[in-house]
Amino acid sequence: MKRRDFMQMSGMGLGALMLPNVPVIGNSVPVEHLLDPWMDAPVKKILSEIALNAAKSKGATYTDVRIGRYLQQYVFTREKQVQNIQNAESYGIGIRVIANGTWGFAATSDVTADGIAKCAATAVAIAKANSKFQKEPVVLAEQKGVGDKTWKTPIKKNAFEIPIQEKIDLLMNVNGAAMANGAGFVTSNLFFVNEQKYFASSDGSFIDQDVHRIWPTFTVTAIDKAAGKFKTRDAISSPMGMGFEYLDGLASEKIAGPNGLVGYRNSYDMVEDAIVAAKQAKEKMTAKSVLAGKYDLVLDPNHLGLTIHESVGHPTELDRVLGYEANYAGTSFATLDKWQAKNFNYGSKLVNIVADKTQAHTLGAVGYDDEGVPCKEWNIIKDGILVNYQATRDQVSILGEKESHGCCYADNWNSVQFQRMPNISLKAGTEKRSVLDMIKGVDKGIYIIGRGSYSIDQQRYNFQFGGQVFYEIKNGQIAGMLEDVAYQSNTQEFWNSCSQLCDKDDYRTFGSFFDGKGQPSQVSAVSHGSATTRFDAVNVINTGRKI
Amino acid sequence: MAILSKEEAKKIIDKVLAFSKADEMSVGLSGSRTGNIRYARNSVSTSGETTNLSLSVTAVFGKKSGTSTINEFDDASLEKTVRRAEEIAKLAPDNPEYVPMLGPQKYLEINSFSDSTAAITPDYRAQAAFDSIDPCAKKNLTAAGYLEDTTGFSALGNSKGLFGYNKATSIDFSITVRTADGKGSGYAARDYNDASKLSAKSATEVAMQKALASSEAKALEPGKYTVILEPTAGVDLLQNMMRSMDARSADEGRSFLGKKGGGTRLGEKLFDERVNIYSDPQNLEIPGSPFGGGGGGRFGGGGGDGMPQEKVVWVENGVVKNMYYSRYWAEKKGVKAIPAPSGFIFAGGTQTLAEMIKGTEKGILVTRLWYIRAVDPQTLLYTGLTRDGTFYIENGKIKYPVKNFRFNESPVIMLNNLEAMGKPMRASGNLIPPLKIRDFTFTSLSDAV
Repeated sequence: MKRRDFMQMSGMGLGALMLPNVPVIGNSVPVEHLLDPWMDAPVKKILSEIALNAAKSKGATYTDVRIGRYLQQYVFTREKQVQNIQNAESYGIGIRVIANGTWGFAATSDVTADGIAKCAATAVAIAKANSKFQKEPVVLAEQKGVGDKTWKTPIKKNAFEIPIQEKIDLLMNVNGAAMANGAGFVTSNLFFVNEQKYFASSDGSFIDQDVHRIWPTFTVTAIDKAAGKFKTRDAISSPMGMGFEYLDGLASEKIAGPNGLVGYRNSYDMVEDAIVAAKQAKEKMTAKSVLAGKYDLVLDPNHLGLTIHESVGHPTELDRVLGYEANYAGTSFATLDKWQAKNFNYGSKLVNIVADKTQAHTLGAVGYDDEGVPCKEWNIIKDGILVNYQATRDQVSILGEKESHGCCYADNWNSVQFQRMPNISLKAGTEKRSVLDMIKGVDKGIYIIGRGSYSIDQQRYNFQFGGQVFYEIKNGQIAGMLEDVAYQSNTQEFWNSCSQLCDKDDYRTFGSFFDGKGQPSQVSAVSHGSATTRFDAVNVINTGRKI
Repeated sequence: MAILSKEEAKKIIDKVLAFSKADEMSVGLSGSRTGNIRYARNSVSTSGETTNLSLSVTAVFGKKSGTSTINEFDDASLEKTVRRAEEIAKLAPDNPEYVPMLGPQKYLEINSFSDSTAAITPDYRAQAAFDSIDPCAKKNLTAAGYLEDTTGFSALGNSKGLFGYNKATSIDFSITVRTADGKGSGYAARDYNDASKLSAKSATEVAMQKALASSEAKALEPGKYTVILEPTAGVDLLQNMMRSMDARSADEGRSFLGKKGGGTRLGEKLFDERVNIYSDPQNLEIPGSPFGGGGGGRFGGGGGDGMPQEKVVWVENGVVKNMYYSRYWAEKKGVKAIPAPSGFIFAGGTQTLAEMIKGTEKGILVTRLWYIRAVDPQTLLYTGLTRDGTFYIENGKIKYPVKNFRFNESPVIMLNNLEAMGKPMRASGNLIPPLKIRDFTFTSLSDAV
């Protein structure tokens, strides 16, 4: 086996990742190499057993091994040209152990018997060195070995098998459609990820998984040079746990909204959205500037997903609640006493929020997490009450539970796995209700679509969100487009103002492809489902300024 | 061996270039050793060290280019990488914006390497964590911190005879201290090239002091206030503005530097006349990289296209003097290409922070801003929150801690509402003075501590 080391990517925000010269994790390789088969599971099993035995012989009381091959293909274009195509591969082995009751981790790209044994010894040595600072030994929830298992994202078309030219043609069509409909500029991108990961643990689990993710996106810019103004509109696609079939644009997956607007469920029409985007970007130029005040908000799933992510997803991460992220992302207002009280009104009675890593087509869906726990679904908020958190094997005992939630993830073989957000979704309403029905009941409101500016404090109380497009609602009808809109609220106040939900026919998922957490920072991908939802009397500010 | 000498790096690059059959070829070679330690709840949570040595080859045929990277350095592997880059280039679509590679360049002498950082061991990191945790534990405070050190080099060369080499070190330390009741929180961050300048203990003491002083904060009504932004608070907003000074976006009319009726605001007075911002790769406090443009950061991505970094004045007496020009855009516009710098220097005054507080009748001291996001790229309006210690100033004295605020403010407006500037300090690789700003817009209150 060849020895390789790999480039590491440091913590990088979404903004940086949108640049066409973004470094990717791993080595640049020819496109056809992405389809080369890798090691078979039996070979990986032999290699993982070398690690398990080596760690045990050095004094580890628990060991898990991740042999991973991570593939990425990113395509960047603007207007009529391809800016960059990144094809990258990264593979190696990460070994995590418990010795002296303390975690230790080491990783190597030297996937030979000798390299693996050395790496296991290093992991044990680090654990022993760190145990000097350890106040309480790690308590792992029991996880019976599951034996040999396999899991694969249920894709119909492997994106890596689609010729590059087809991808370029698609983006050129997208850009052309936007330009023909009034855009001054357009950038469009495709992101494809395939994680081929093998997990083995001293509990007796040997799990081979093949995980696929896709994200098509664009930004259309309209320009009025005479007025010195520009406006943008981003794609309302969602990153998905799907193959290239997400780009089929199936009519059956479209949801008709008010004013001819279209929502996309599990199939996206990128060219159609680009045409609408160009027209909307132009319309934004002359849209009315919002009058600050209280409005009832009707929030589209493609917008609400990010609000769920920031105001429910992050505050219910148990490691944040406990203080492990205090120096970076922060802590959480959703403290253990609020959960223990069993009566903390996180939201109104309509608010039912579930965590899962099982829902089809989502970014979080896998068979097992990165510590070999079978994935499941559980409640976070039930009828408005905070009932649980997101936890890993070494955390659930704090919640009095015996079984991990399966929330452990590492973004690469050379990153240590830690608690990451599963899919966190708002359940759709049980009463029959469409978006049009919902709008009919609103006297003074704003209908918001798409992911815009977002900011929230380090304990997740106070937030401010923008969007892509805003429509004024007057007396039950859409009265035209608004601009300069952002809403500010407090998490508990906001979720308690939730007054109506559309039904399951309107349910869609939003996704975050590059969610950052930890030091050094790691990314993860996560989905958030919801139907269009109404929130009453939310504070809206006007963000227009003159410089 | 992750850190190669100039001679070792040149030997490998020359060998790679000798394999080239392409019209043009460039080679980037970089290596680093990065170590870290992370702690929370007064206990170490993770630590590690990684080394990396990577070679990147870009082959060009006409206007087609392809890149291949590798971590193996035997002759066969090097040649294979060259062939791969050539294969990828031949299959690539034409890049209409391709600009031929640069010939030999003269680079400034820059000293960004420190032996004390390069000599860091796991024991040093553990000691830094202990120096930070121990005083907190003794005072019933909780420490969460992170230390990361990097020693690295970056070299580049091309088939037109260009060659550059730079060796650098860095150390970044941050610490959050919280009171046991969760009502007070303080923060300190330090970054240097030379680890001997870092005292984890004294940085921790600053965070401890802020944690204790910020407890029992009072709520003030949101609105417009005179603020003093400590360098750690001001740096992100200013850095965001400096990153938006790309000439192409301005020419295309999609930047805060775009002008009504077309053109750019280059040469216009956009800020208070006391605002002077420049970059200087030879500055001793924030030494930069001798080459840049495309790579970014203190270690670069191999130095980009090899454009030399020079001293550049971006804003002089409030007037926009320069913008970044890529080589393509500069050629199109018939001007000199200017790469973006790795750090910038905001010329300040001589006052200390204490003197600035003393000279303030009523105001708010902001020690850190958090979760800053762009709201409107046209006006550079940003939102975010204060964090880890915000204080009310009255009659020249800090009176009491106040609850955190959300702000909505543009650095362009902020730098027009300038009242005073103090002595610049290093923050995230830049030199930033404490800034006293009038009418800073706070739009709501946050309960977060």
